[in-house]
Amino acid sequence: MKVKVLFFASLREQLGTSGEEIELPAGVATVAALRSHLARRGGAWEGALAEKKNVRAAVNQDMAKPGEAIRTGDEIAFFPPVTGG
Amino acid sequence: MKISVQREDFDLSLETKLLSKSDGVGAVASFVGVVRDVRMTLEHYPGMTESALTKIAEEAATRWKVLDCTVIHRYGDLAPHDQIVLVAVASAHRGDAFAACEFIMDYLKTQAPFWKKEHRPEGAAWVEARASDDEAAGRWEPPARKAS
Repeated sequence: MKVKVLFFASLREQLGTSGEEIELPAGVATVAALRSHLARRGGAWEGALAEKKNVRAAVNQDMAKPGEAIRTGDEIAFFPPVTGG
Repeated sequence: MKISVQREDFDLSLETKLLSKSDGVGAVASFVGVVRDVRMTLEHYPGMTESALTKIAEEAATRWKVLDCTVIHRYGDLAPHDQIVLVAVASAHRGDAFAACEFIMDYLKTQAPFWKKEHRPEGAAWVEARASDDEAAGRWEPPARKAS
């Protein structure tokens, strides 16, 4: 399935990209699985998305927990904890 | 309800004057966040930001008697003393207005997708989220879960 992935703030800078369309292999069907899938690219990806890093996610512009399911066409964003206000 | 995510500055007296025209209004409580002592750039997630702020304001209106409210949050480059955020709530009585205003601000700090990057003489750095902000939001009962 194909999804759109977005990155913001420090994550965007570490990865050197604000996002991409990505074709996912079968079995990558949750936010956590997508994060691990991207981290396996190694280098900056592994560093920025490692499990110990405090990374938040949103699915279709709604805050999402790691176990949340993702579907074809979804927009999934990864970012550090927010610091507005 | 007015929700705006914008580069431009805002006018507190204009916004509260608009809210004070609400039918049955007896109180308008407002909060303005100001840049403390360092230049910064505020990044946000266009689309999600507006919907997150709308949800927070709607949640406040389910908890207190809110007649109307305004949330304005700026993004882009800001300098010390610049205004960053405005939350203003109109109610019949001050208790509802004060509480809803504080609730919206506390939730905004942990739920609205904004990120601050500070520009200090020694270099630029992203601001780290503070545990005290999570604690402030946690003081309120959790939001009612939407039936799905």
